[in-house]
Amino acid sequence: MTAVATPQQTKGPQQPSPVAGLKELVTRNMRTSGIYIAFVAIVALFAVLTGGLSLSPRNVTSLVLQYSYILILAIGMVIVIVAGHIDLSVGSVVALTGAIAAILVIQDGRPWWVGAVAALAVGLAIGAWQGFWVAYVGVPAFIVTLAGMLLFRGLTLIVLDNISLSPFGQPYTNVAGGFLNGLLGGNGFDAFTLIIAAIAVVGYAYSQLRARQGRIRYQQTVEAMPLFVVKILAVAAVVMWFAWQLAHERGLPIVLIILAVLIIAYSVVTTRTVFGRHVYAIGGNLAAAQLSGVKVKRVNFWIFVNMGFLAALAGVVFSSRSNGAQPAAGQMFELDAIAACFIGGASVSGGIGRVGGAMVGGLIMAVMSNGMSLMGVNQSWQSVVKGLVLLLAVAYDIYNKRRASAGR
Amino acid sequence: MASPILQMQSITKTFPGVKALQDVTLSVQRGEIHAICGENGAGKSTLMKVLSGVYPHGTYDGTILFEGEEMRFSSINDSEEKGIVIIHQELALVPYLSVAENIFLGNEQRRGAFIDWNHTNAEAAKLLARVGLDENPTTPVGQLGVGKQQLIEIAKALSKEVRLLILDEPTAALNDDDSEHLLGLLRHLKEQGVTSIIISHKLNEIAEIADSTTIIRDGQSIKTLDMVADEVTQDRIISLMVGRDLEHRYPEHVSKVGAEILRIEDWTVHHPTQPERVIVDRANLEVKAGEIVGIAGLMGAGRTELAMSIFGRSYGSRISGKVFLHGKEIQTRTVSEAIAHGLAYTTEDRKHYGLNLIQDIKTNIAAASLRKFASGAGFVNGNEEIKVAEEYRRDMNIRTPNVLAQVGKLSGGNQQKVVLSKWIHTDPEVLILDEPTRGIDVGAKYEIYTIINRLADAGKAVIVISSELPELLGICDRIYTLSAGRITGQLPKEQATQESLMALMTKEREQV
Repeated sequence: MTAVATPQQTKGPQQPSPVAGLKELVTRNMRTSGIYIAFVAIVALFAVLTGGLSLSPRNVTSLVLQYSYILILAIGMVIVIVAGHIDLSVGSVVALTGAIAAILVIQDGRPWWVGAVAALAVGLAIGAWQGFWVAYVGVPAFIVTLAGMLLFRGLTLIVLDNISLSPFGQPYTNVAGGFLNGLLGGNGFDAFTLIIAAIAVVGYAYSQLRARQGRIRYQQTVEAMPLFVVKILAVAAVVMWFAWQLAHERGLPIVLIILAVLIIAYSVVTTRTVFGRHVYAIGGNLAAAQLSGVKVKRVNFWIFVNMGFLAALAGVVFSSRSNGAQPAAGQMFELDAIAACFIGGASVSGGIGRVGGAMVGGLIMAVMSNGMSLMGVNQSWQSVVKGLVLLLAVAYDIYNKRRASAGR
Repeated sequence: MASPILQMQSITKTFPGVKALQDVTLSVQRGEIHAICGENGAGKSTLMKVLSGVYPHGTYDGTILFEGEEMRFSSINDSEEKGIVIIHQELALVPYLSVAENIFLGNEQRRGAFIDWNHTNAEAAKLLARVGLDENPTTPVGQLGVGKQQLIEIAKALSKEVRLLILDEPTAALNDDDSEHLLGLLRHLKEQGVTSIIISHKLNEIAEIADSTTIIRDGQSIKTLDMVADEVTQDRIISLMVGRDLEHRYPEHVSKVGAEILRIEDWTVHHPTQPERVIVDRANLEVKAGEIVGIAGLMGAGRTELAMSIFGRSYGSRISGKVFLHGKEIQTRTVSEAIAHGLAYTTEDRKHYGLNLIQDIKTNIAAASLRKFASGAGFVNGNEEIKVAEEYRRDMNIRTPNVLAQVGKLSGGNQQKVVLSKWIHTDPEVLILDEPTRGIDVGAKYEIYTIINRLADAGKAVIVISSELPELLGICDRIYTLSAGRITGQLPKEQATQESLMALMTKEREQV
């Protein structure tokens, strides 16, 4: 059938051409590509302002170590935000899980892994608790997690008896401060790090190539081959440069491996799995998702369980890095994680946001804080600048959206 | 000859890449009811936005003369000050505020710094009387039906001393009773000297009420018809709208009816928050393979509630009754259970309940059948998704260059085709289509009817819920009538007329 009526009104509003050139690639992904351009600009800006210091091997290494836990939180947070919720409790959860690990390892003298596993288990339990209230009772996440923020902070103080515990000692601190190096020796640089990075690059190129072939098999438009090669080479260059810097310092940080695994795994979960698609469906239109057979309550529950798990992991990393547990640990972490998501293009009303975007959003904040610290800018001004960047990033996003929707 | 109250001359409005309006001319006489017709996307709403100042002076070319004076509105406030009030398709009332508060929202009746509530409510009561609405001014608007809300919008316009009232699809969401009342009110206002512009897809209403009609097609004003002097038929309007003759409004179709697929027995549904209220009362119905069955009923009769309660108990509380599929009783306690049994329901409100507007077409089409695209471990095959969506795009004639386009940017007809694709891909045996052509232009309606016929030909059982009786008469094999939650009768196509249906649809009410 189909050729029934009105061939006249084919000229709808703006129609992108099916040819995928560089321009379309940029415009189609403006929401996300804008953020990458901003990131590169900010890195370049601070490289100039600090006279190249911000790109030194030592600084690059410490940047990774210093902001890893915010990035871990942001992974969970972006899923929470896409589903249309928020989680204000993660800072307190970081503190509580770190405290539990400290009690077991430092006070009771148990092995490091007992502390880590216990912390993660507590994180899962906290997630299930908050997920229960949000999903099954229907209390807004803002309220549940605001309560959680107070609740878990209080429990942290009780568990720690209001004092700091330290030090954890060697095996535990390796989680955040350890390096894999010297495995293959080297002359002034760590060959192992470079090899791992090279494997990662090859793996990336292979997966991209396979995806491209898949798209061709299904007769979809793909970017032109030269463009494809340039894209792969650009990514490879950045990764290898990064690895080179790490190799010249202390090798491959263990926490970077953890982070890389998480980013890859959660990118796949959010974009390629049924669960991930249900998260976007709920955030985009809750009623429509419900009427499409999405088990909304169950999905919401697991979103918070997952957030609890990642917050606990961040708690382990943070306590490992600070080599102890403090009652005030993790304060304001939730805000950094939330800011990372929004700078990374997540929508306040839900339905839009990506793990990759949140990571870049987090890195933008990390590079700025780190760069300003190197320049000797004090904390107060750093806070002012970070606040303005968050505001402008979201304003730009809204401006973009409005321009896009003015078509009709 | 009356003088024109409004003249829009050579209006051209361009958006990046599209010319939405091109040299449009509109002349409205004082004291008339002027209809504007055109397919979706023809530019009617854009024209009204230019007129009301939503698109400020300077963003378009051309001139607007109101009462002979050139107008240069920079915002909607400017146009309202001159007495031009627009009532949008999507009502702009605050559900938690009272009727009176809504009427005077932004125009609060103050004495000094404080709101004079007695005066507010008294004035509101007067305005309500003028629009023929018998409601307490302190009732929260959310408790009233859509028809009454529409009247409150008009009361609000009257409170601003309106001289030109613009109604965008005022009856789209109304049943026949409420529509009739609204049209009567427009005539009444006309006698009081209010000029109206009405945008509508319902050509029978236009024929009934309009003094003249301007037809817009592809951003251009095609013709203005004098409804009194010229011999204007609905077909003439349609052919001007679509630019060619549309011979039949409903496709020819002979159903091959097979064995029974779905049967509902003693289906009773109570209101979700007021469980003592019965919404659907012991309903019985059955649908056979290849059959298109209509459900006719006035607004509030419980049509949507019946459908949604069957579909995974998406509506209501204390639901009782039995659902049989091929003669075997099934449970449909959750939406996923209903889908698994081969039921599909397309909502009357596709924007709020049917589609994820910020996502692309392929994601929406896959939304109810994601498992089909997923491996055992739950990984979705994105390429397969695109392939399937592309097939539907061609098959359903969804007008868009590719399936990565955002659904929110499609026209109503194309959005509805996406909704249908989504549910057809769940491979249902029974499709319940709730107002499948609401807010869709004439050409796209025909396509939707053709799709419905194809579904029946494929042996599916199709239930169509509609407020438009001619539509039900045009496409259904058999029509059930629903009144105040009860099935009051069923008529085969051959015996059904608008009058006989209407009699059954109002049966219960007269008895009460």
